[in-house]
Amino acid sequence: MKKEYIYHRFERFWHWMQALLIIFLGVTGFEIHGAFTFFGYENAVQYHEIAAWSFIILIAFAIFWHFTKGEWRQYLPTWKNMRSQADYYIFGIFRNAPHPTKKTVLSKLNPLQKLVYAGLKALIIPTMVVTGLIYMFYRYPQRNEVLGLNISGLQNVAVLHTIGAFLLVTFFIAHLYLITTGQTVTSNLKAMITGYEEVPEKDEKEIQKVEVGTPQIGEVAK
Amino acid sequence: MKRIFLTLFILGVFAGMVFTALHKNSSDTPSLTKLKEEYSAKRQPSVDHSLFPELKKKFKRPQDVTAACISCHNGRAAEVMHSNHWQFERTEYIVGKGIRAIGKRNILNNFCIGITTNEQSCTRCHAGYGYADTKAYFSDSLDVDCLACHDNSGTYAKMNEGAGMPDTSVNLTYVAQHVGKPTRSDCGACHFFGGGGNNVKHGDLEEALFDPTREVDVHMADDGVNMQCVDCHTAQKHQMLGKMYSVSSMNRNRVQCETCHGSLPHKDNVLNDHTLKVACQTCHIPEYAKVNPTKMFWDWSKAGKLKDGKPFELKDSNGTDIYMSIKGAFKWEKDVKPSYVWFNGTATHYLLGDRFDPSKPLDMNHLMGSYNDPDSKIYPVKIHIAKQIYDTQNDYLIQPKLYSAKKGDGGFWGDFNWERAAEVGMKAVNLPYSGHYGFTETRMYWPINHMVSPKEEAVQCGECHTRNDGRLADVGGFYMPGRDYNPWVERIGVGLMAITLGGVFMHGGARLVVSRKRKRNV
Repeated sequence: MKKEYIYHRFERFWHWMQALLIIFLGVTGFEIHGAFTFFGYENAVQYHEIAAWSFIILIAFAIFWHFTKGEWRQYLPTWKNMRSQADYYIFGIFRNAPHPTKKTVLSKLNPLQKLVYAGLKALIIPTMVVTGLIYMFYRYPQRNEVLGLNISGLQNVAVLHTIGAFLLVTFFIAHLYLITTGQTVTSNLKAMITGYEEVPEKDEKEIQKVEVGTPQIGEVAK
Repeated sequence: MKRIFLTLFILGVFAGMVFTALHKNSSDTPSLTKLKEEYSAKRQPSVDHSLFPELKKKFKRPQDVTAACISCHNGRAAEVMHSNHWQFERTEYIVGKGIRAIGKRNILNNFCIGITTNEQSCTRCHAGYGYADTKAYFSDSLDVDCLACHDNSGTYAKMNEGAGMPDTSVNLTYVAQHVGKPTRSDCGACHFFGGGGNNVKHGDLEEALFDPTREVDVHMADDGVNMQCVDCHTAQKHQMLGKMYSVSSMNRNRVQCETCHGSLPHKDNVLNDHTLKVACQTCHIPEYAKVNPTKMFWDWSKAGKLKDGKPFELKDSNGTDIYMSIKGAFKWEKDVKPSYVWFNGTATHYLLGDRFDPSKPLDMNHLMGSYNDPDSKIYPVKIHIAKQIYDTQNDYLIQPKLYSAKKGDGGFWGDFNWERAAEVGMKAVNLPYSGHYGFTETRMYWPINHMVSPKEEAVQCGECHTRNDGRLADVGGFYMPGRDYNPWVERIGVGLMAITLGGVFMHGGARLVVSRKRKRNV
């Protein structure tokens, strides 16, 4: 076995902060939604708002990191290997077949991940942020008589926010499970904690073809 | 080094965020401390009335006191005669009915119904002397009752069934020498006992407010700021600020909490956002009738039962009337959670002679408003339900004669005969009476404004933002987080989660089985 550097320090920090915040936002959010009582409504609202602002700050840093490092290209959806990746989850995984795509620092995501994460980042998270901000500030136009921007009620905003929340919970369930589908049950988790993933020796040659290191801006595309 | 710097920077930003989120920006409220200081200052009267020679004499008639008052305070009686306290009616625009003169003089209510033909008794609470019938003379300034409002001796009282005259026990000279700004005792003498007893009508105005604790009313509390009615119900030229929607219709002349507290009084912005759609009273008066019960239901149809030919009363274990031969059956409630309605400050009224559909409950006054109306807010109200007499042929309510000076004058309280009471009453209001009467359900809406609780007692978020029968469960027209949801989104969302979870277990289970088999085969 050989250790392969996959996840950068900031990337791991970002991932775990995001995980914590999304779980916390989920718990407080569904309490605000009336699904259960845990913190108490008033606290839930306060915590949700604090977590929301923290999340927005985190997103701002993440966006900066993705663009300065060119990491955003990791998420460009592709058809290449899509079929074989799906086949792997449906058949290969049960036959102990090798992963159809190799994980490297330059290509961390398999085609299905690219698709799901792109949807998450380009669609669901922005929807949650935008509806969340409207939710926080929808009284502002009416209070200040900016009637052109007036939002008469929360109905649509809240329903969209709820749909996003359900999708995130669904993602969360699937995500937790798919963590276990790495080389070993825990190798994905270890990689996200330490940055290094253990890969079998037989892959060594292929990996050595690629120069391991921190790619510079734009280098990923090469 | 770079990494340490970056980590510190990020941590700093987070700490800053948390800090600012916890410290919501301030509001436009004058500080409560300043308000308390201002309103708890003891008023010093500028003169001592007991030293005036005009008041150092024996007054035979109350009108003589008035003459003495206006000999110095000239012009004041005319102001009173322009006020609602004197006129008992005002010109109001009523949606759907146009401009009408309405007031106690001609409007029906859900309690003792109306004052026409009952003046002798009802006008005990008129700010004048001798309003004994519909033809009462309203132009003599000497009939203005200055003492009813300005007595500071605590000894003035109006006679029972005396058409507004003072009780014979009152020492007019003593009262005249001890006058001043109206106190809670002056206002409360009438306003706490409307409808024929303590707390019958309002629910939030009752004798407990003579000396309330902070828990009962944070403003008027003896152990608090000890505010008087007139601190909020200010007056210019004897025209009081404030009115009740039992007898008024327009969005004007209202006492507003915001006058002192500002429109964004909370430290928390989320709470301040509420003030656009939620009246202060809604959260800050979690309960009314905090000390004594208030009448919630009045069934006139049960009135008139006699025991051995004589009227009788029944009381419950707390000593509260539950039946009176003269009035019928009642239900009372204490510590009542208000009902809530959208209200924009305008109301419609049932007016004498209006026909209605007796198969449905009739609103004596209807508070207007809806979520989409920018002037509307959610207000707490007491809803009083009654069964009262109506003309079954003409489909309008009957003004009965209730008060009876002597047997045989038609007054129900002497004769116990609805036929006669209806006949005499309707004649007095110039409406035909078919001779057939029945009883119909009527409702009346009383906005709750007093008995403001200390802030610690205010309604908490979860009392409305809940799916389980919250305070605002029946207030519609908008989406409220915590209460409302789209049932399809819920179903599909939960379904999606369940399917995913199921998929995970199936896939994971299959993997487990396969890997075990493989190990065994190795």
